[in-house]
Amino acid sequence: MPRKTVEIEPRVEYLSILDEHGVVDAALDPRLDGDLLARMFRYMLATRRLDERLINLQRQGRIGTYGPTRGQEAAQIGTAMSIGPEDWTAQAFREMGMMLVRGWGMHMPMFFWGGHEEGNVVPEGVNDLPIAVPVSSQTLHGVGIAWAMKLRKTNNVCLTYLGDGGTSEGDFHEAMNFAGVYSLPVVFIVQNNQFAISHPRRMQTRSKTLAQKALAYGFNGIQVDGNDILAVYVAAREAVEKARSGGGPTLIECVTYRLSVHTTADDPTKYRSEEEVRQWEKRDPLIRFKKYLMERNVLDDASVAGVEEDIRGQIKEAVDYYEAYEGVDPVDPFRYCLAEPSAELVAQQREFEAAMRAEGLMR
Amino acid sequence: MAMLTMVKALNLALSEALREDADVVLLGEDIGQDGGVFRVTEGLLEEFGHDRVIDTPVAEAAIAGAAVGMALYGLRPVAEMQFSGFAYQAFHQVEGHVSRFRNRTRGRYSLPMVIRMPYGAGIRAIEHHSESREAYYAHTPGLKVVIPSTPRTARALLRAAIFDPDPVIFYEPKAVYRAMREEVPDEPEALPIGKARIVREGSDITFVAYGAMVRAAEEAADDLADLDGVSAEVIDLLSIAPMDTATILNSVEKTGRLVVIHEAPRRCGVGAEVSARVAESGIEHLCAPIRRVTAYDVLFPYFARERAHLPSSDRIVGAAREVLAF
Ligand SMILES: Cc1ncc(C[n+]2csc(CCOP(=O)(O)OP(=O)(O)O)c2C)c(N)n1
Repeated sequence: MPRKTVEIEPRVEYLSILDEHGVVDAALDPRLDGDLLARMFRYMLATRRLDERLINLQRQGRIGTYGPTRGQEAAQIGTAMSIGPEDWTAQAFREMGMMLVRGWGMHMPMFFWGGHEEGNVVPEGVNDLPIAVPVSSQTLHGVGIAWAMKLRKTNNVCLTYLGDGGTSEGDFHEAMNFAGVYSLPVVFIVQNNQFAISHPRRMQTRSKTLAQKALAYGFNGIQVDGNDILAVYVAAREAVEKARSGGGPTLIECVTYRLSVHTTADDPTKYRSEEEVRQWEKRDPLIRFKKYLMERNVLDDASVAGVEEDIRGQIKEAVDYYEAYEGVDPVDPFRYCLAEPSAELVAQQREFEAAMRAEGLMR
Repeated sequence: MAMLTMVKALNLALSEALREDADVVLLGEDIGQDGGVFRVTEGLLEEFGHDRVIDTPVAEAAIAGAAVGMALYGLRPVAEMQFSGFAYQAFHQVEGHVSRFRNRTRGRYSLPMVIRMPYGAGIRAIEHHSESREAYYAHTPGLKVVIPSTPRTARALLRAAIFDPDPVIFYEPKAVYRAMREEVPDEPEALPIGKARIVREGSDITFVAYGAMVRAAEEAADDLADLDGVSAEVIDLLSIAPMDTATILNSVEKTGRLVVIHEAPRRCGVGAEVSARVAESGIEHLCAPIRRVTAYDVLFPYFARERAHLPSSDRIVGAAREVLAF
């Protein structure tokens, strides 16, 4: 009956391929084809520009409170591009880059943050879940979807997204445990952007990494430079292949930084220094990736300008569509409460309509 | 006397309690360094330090459950749920333990703790930030449920809640947080939990409301006075559990007419409880059916559609006219 060390396989790797100066590790470079690389860049830039526009729209009062994605483009786009349309995702609320990759229109976030359920109507043919605001609640849905995939033997996988703060919720731990116990084809994408509103990552958990949380549940966790889209993509592709071939779940911790506010209602000067933000701005995922693409002749100044121009046009089109929208019918909540409205609900709807007419809110 | 918003008034009550009683501790998400997402706890970390004002990870079950443990060991925890829509992550602690310790241990243990949370619509927030679900808590024996309506009542009720021997769910109408200022006395004051407040006296009809709806009821009373020469009495419940039945019955005895207003859905809501009490103990005073002006029994819409779903003074006036014309 000795006292001895129980050996747990040390399985937390850290992966970085393209460093913040744009220097690539030649041995690790996945040498993706130019087309794929250009698409990655286009999505990253589109996400960045749309994010800027949404902040603008919020300032002008044309949408409500908005939660920006700035700085997290590589983590989202690198993971979303590692799966196919038959695979699923379960998102939190800051995954705009992932949404664009998956086929949500640029107007969708305008509707969501503008206070319309229309922004959560998952487009036909897209296998994503709507935005889930309660932190980490969606991780369990991702597990359930993966479980059904396994039961149905479809060889599909589900990515479930969350933040560093999300790793403190009970739902996350229950999801991780189920994923491990049933060896489910789910990949947890933890975007460690260093903050949960004001709460810094180091106060969220004593664990050295978030990736190591996976070890306790019996599967692999990997930490990647979340601002390096090559590393993110490589790690995601490996985890997805593993899950697809019956190897079970993986957790990928993307180490990144929330370059903007938590939401437009937040004042980060209360809890972090400008200096820290400036340091992270140097590690901006777009800067290094653009440099890499220029050096590889995937892009040049003219093609970048062309992409910018395209994106500008698309965003304008989306804003125009959003602002011209006339479908705001306050009766809608009655229509979607139940498949078959109960008699009492029908009666209430009549009462509602009468009150609206009396108040001049409806004809 | 200072003119304070509800946010400042709550802050004042918290700082007074922290200063007076070394057992009082605050815990919650972003309440320290950040001062709370609505700034209710602004400046308290600086004054009272990290042992009294505790920033926690994102974990509501832990906040509520740890508050239980703290209370059992003799502290007076004041836990914050960042929004009432995220208190369900802690609901099993509230239903399963917070409400039960006194009974379960036959009084050997009790939980002098408060769980504060902002609730309600009207601030153009995203999903889960607009609901009013006070009925869940009021339906749970072993809890007190308090809802202030103004800065002064907020400060006085929070003080009462903190020093109450039993657990109190303290529901804060966030639409009122910065919507008005009110004179708040310099000296600490407490209001008894379980007592309603007559906001204005009247003789023709009784309005029972609470939280942000008190303002709407007052506006409706103004309109009825101006337009119809009707005198409405407005009662602000302040405490949902226990409920001040006597004040309601006395008023109905005088007016014979009742409209209950809340922004929670109608079915099994507080309005149903008020109506049942009047039906059980005061039906002989009623000369017209009771009306409830509430949100509807549908999911509360995202904010583009919220205005039409929130009870307005116009809807209250409409209901009152029907009751008066009966
Ligand atoms: C269950 C729950 N509790 C609290 C909140 C309020 N809230 C919204 S975002 C957030 C921080 C989440 O941090 P993290 O998971 O790291 O994601 P990030 O916002 O950084 O993307 C909190 C506390 C919520 N939405 N859900």
